[in-house]
Amino acid sequence: MKLRRRKEPKRLMPIRDPKDPGSGVFTRRALLLMAAQTAALGVLGRRLYDLQIRDGDHFAKLADNNRISKRLLAPPRGLIVDRYGVAIAANKTNWRALLLPEETTDVQGTIDRFSALVPLDERDRARVAREMRHKRKFVPVMLRDFLSWDDMARIELNSPGLPGVLIDVGTTRFYPYGSLLAHTVGYVAPPNEQDVAKSALLALPGMRMGRAGVEQSQDDLLRGESGSVQMEVNAVGRVMAELDRVEGTPGDQISLSLDVGLQQAVLGRIGDQVASAVVMDCRNGEVVAMVSNPSFDPSLFDSGVSRAQWAEWTSNERTPLINKAVAGVYPPGSTFKPAVAMAALSSGAISATDRFFCPGHFDMGGARFHCWAKYGHGSLDLHQALKFSCDVYFYEVAHRIGMEKIAESAHAFGLGTELGIELPHQREGLIPTPEWRRRHGHHWNGGDTVVSGIGQGFVQVTPLQLATYTSRIATGRAVEPHLVRAVNGSVGAKAEPTNWPALDMDPKFLDALRGGMFAVVNEPHGTAPKARLDIPGVQMAGKTGSAQVRRVSRALRESGHFNSASLPWEYRPHALFICFAPFDAPRYAVSVVIEHGNAGADAAAPLARDIMTDALTRDPVNHRIPPGQTVADAE
Amino acid sequence: MVLPVKPTSGLANRSGAAARGVLAGLDPRKSGGKFRKRLLRAEPSFRILSKLWSVSWLYVLLICVLAGVGYVSLYSAGGGSARPFAGPQAMRFGFGLVLMITVAMMPPRFLVRIAVPLYIVAIGLLVAVLRMGHVGKGAERWIMLGGMQVQPSEYAKVALVLMLAAWFHRISYARMGNPLWLIPPTLMVLLPVGLVLKEPNLGTGVIIGGVGAAMFFAAGMRLWQIALLILPTPVLLKIAYAHLHDYQKARITTFMHPESDPLGAGYNIIQSKIALGSGGMWGQGYMRGTQGQLNFLPEKQTDFIFTMIAEEWGYVGGIAVIGLLLLLILGGMIMAIRSRNRFGRLLALGISVNFFLYCLVNLSMVMGAIPVGGVPLPLISYGGSAMLDVMLGFGLLMSVWVHRNSRFGEEREEQE
Repeated sequence: MKLRRRKEPKRLMPIRDPKDPGSGVFTRRALLLMAAQTAALGVLGRRLYDLQIRDGDHFAKLADNNRISKRLLAPPRGLIVDRYGVAIAANKTNWRALLLPEETTDVQGTIDRFSALVPLDERDRARVAREMRHKRKFVPVMLRDFLSWDDMARIELNSPGLPGVLIDVGTTRFYPYGSLLAHTVGYVAPPNEQDVAKSALLALPGMRMGRAGVEQSQDDLLRGESGSVQMEVNAVGRVMAELDRVEGTPGDQISLSLDVGLQQAVLGRIGDQVASAVVMDCRNGEVVAMVSNPSFDPSLFDSGVSRAQWAEWTSNERTPLINKAVAGVYPPGSTFKPAVAMAALSSGAISATDRFFCPGHFDMGGARFHCWAKYGHGSLDLHQALKFSCDVYFYEVAHRIGMEKIAESAHAFGLGTELGIELPHQREGLIPTPEWRRRHGHHWNGGDTVVSGIGQGFVQVTPLQLATYTSRIATGRAVEPHLVRAVNGSVGAKAEPTNWPALDMDPKFLDALRGGMFAVVNEPHGTAPKARLDIPGVQMAGKTGSAQVRRVSRALRESGHFNSASLPWEYRPHALFICFAPFDAPRYAVSVVIEHGNAGADAAAPLARDIMTDALTRDPVNHRIPPGQTVADAE
Repeated sequence: MVLPVKPTSGLANRSGAAARGVLAGLDPRKSGGKFRKRLLRAEPSFRILSKLWSVSWLYVLLICVLAGVGYVSLYSAGGGSARPFAGPQAMRFGFGLVLMITVAMMPPRFLVRIAVPLYIVAIGLLVAVLRMGHVGKGAERWIMLGGMQVQPSEYAKVALVLMLAAWFHRISYARMGNPLWLIPPTLMVLLPVGLVLKEPNLGTGVIIGGVGAAMFFAAGMRLWQIALLILPTPVLLKIAYAHLHDYQKARITTFMHPESDPLGAGYNIIQSKIALGSGGMWGQGYMRGTQGQLNFLPEKQTDFIFTMIAEEWGYVGGIAVIGLLLLLILGGMIMAIRSRNRFGRLLALGISVNFFLYCLVNLSMVMGAIPVGGVPLPLISYGGSAMLDVMLGFGLLMSVWVHRNSRFGEEREEQE
């Protein structure tokens, strides 16, 4: 016990050994330092509390922002189908070969071996090299797209020698009918930088934007809504895990009122003429066929149009890129006469039975305006004037009522106005007025009114306006042309004829116009006997037009050698014809404009008749079938 | 806790006879206890055994616990793998443990003797590293020595503590009053501080200066001397700032406004604060801390290891680590107080303050309280030099503890 007690001197603190000077000071100061150390770490513990507990939520949010990366998923673009559900703009899978640089030790060697299987040209190689410089090693680079089955089989077979090469599927827009519907359906192309700035969705690879036609006007519906995928990424952006995925909403399916079969028939009938034809359901304004010839291949825009191709298109005098049905403006010629007649009747200046004498020319203020019939038509009323398409009658009428009345009537029929059709780049045309002329710093002459009376001069309309005008005459309703019949299968209100308001015109006057147009086709000596339908019990009413594109000089006229067919193509008059049928229960309105086709009666009327025949017989339910006959018989 | 002491002989302590009778320590001439005396005389190997017995194994256990925390964290930092961090670090720790016990066996007399050569070697290495060292991450400099990367600045801290302890021991408390005796130790501090700042390593320079100051203070600097030193400090700081490198100034400015440069110099601070904050009370779970595992946190295995721990284990884990570190620091300080010789007291205090400053700078740095400065968290951060130097320091500390009752140095005073 004793020994043990002496062994270890144990004491608590502080040591203040009198034999050891400074030990007391040391102990005091060491204790002070310990207190300071404890306090310092306590302050840090307090700061840790502030960071972790007090502001924890704030920092947790920031941490999530760091690690969670949200990416949009491109939705499939909506289909465009015709009225019977035939796909006219679809999505085609596009098989692509991608290279993941980090999975191969020898990038150049892999590319070379790939090139031996699927040839890569210098442009491809340069693009791959450029993309690889700018992207991180775990981001795939596209080697080639639009792989064929053979290409893919070769790649799969040789995959052991192609480390890092993977095959991926994307989509491209596909137009099964190509140039047939190019103007109406339009085309898509990659969005440009301004578009991308407006919508994050468009920034996704593979997204396309409608650039023309319905693809452009219905782009918002067709595009759909993006899905999103939430991914956990690390500090350099590599994806570590997928946290959440919301699939996008595919774009809406747009059903057009077009009938692909009829469209094909119309184009086939037009052949290689530079022409435009519109077939409209005159009860509700649905455009059943819309042809503008020549056309172009819309699928070229998806992958990029070559400079040479573009130059060829834009320099072509036949303007293949322009949809002549809505953007081609032509003087309506004699097809304008019903509108003038309506203006005259509505204004009360004449009645349908008032007769005028046509000596073959109309003189006003020292100027002489000729009728197309050199020796005149003699005395005629409105019915006969329309039937013979007498110019002098309409010179006289126009002169009496003035331009404002004519313009008012023409606008009510849809001529020279912007129509509501779902197509971009449509042109308004022009119904000139003295006021318009003044705005452009010119004086309006009486002669301007007179030539406007026969649809010449400054008057300009589009084929679609002509079809609308015809529909309105036929039904007396203010139908608007439209192409979109249904979205996702639900048919819109426009399809119902009774939803269209009646025109603010006297039905008696409309009947007078219809009667005159009936006579044009069906009565003896009408201007368009060639337009007579060969369907029993179905009659068509129409109006011809031959619109001069340059003034016929007096010398030429008097030389007696005036034969427009001998002129150079670009000086020949345009041939026009408008019509509707069946006469007593109008169903379709057709307008045909053949550029430089000479006489409407000879070039346009038979064409319109064939189109109308096809349209009517294509839809047998609407045929007038005499009792005792079957549908098949009626065919 | 660390020191199992009982308030037994406070009175006996004061009596000179008792004090003389218990001249403990391991000087055979003065040791008390017949059995033990015999034991120590008999065989050197028994003497070692006895010394081993008096090592504070509780303290060693505490060191092991913190190294264990380091291992677990480095395992997580390695993405759930012992490689590349945890395994090598464990080996270094094992080696460091042996080094520590070995150093703990060294008597103070021997340590005083080697203090000067070690200090000279340290200064030599600091000069060498300036001449031909490799620069890593802008601040830490290292040289290859016998196939090992050595950071002389880490080692210099231990050497300086030893040197100062030896010096103050030599001049005794009485001479502290004469400023002339304080000039050599001041130069001893300023020399390595200057060399380290020139590396340039601001963090370590500040720590060395701080350790030196603490030792001056504890050695018994007079209060008027302290006052004389503190008064001109603001002026000196201004001059020092003017001489800082541009990137060091940039650190100070980005520290003031870290958001001004979120992807540049402020990135580390911001990401560290985000990681800490997202840990919350209980943490995101072991190996599930998003900031650390997804590499948003830079240097997570070295400077920012504490951030990762606090992210994965939350406030609870962070406070636990700070608590363990505080236990080590206070334990070392108590060992200093308990030493009966001036050398031991100052050595142990220097080592403890060094360890404390290490922790303080690192923790303040990761919490965004001071500018970032390449200072690892001792025992936990990945790094060989730091680990070995910390263990060397603990070895010295343990030597002080083992030899705490040595009246080493007194005989010289008696002779005078």
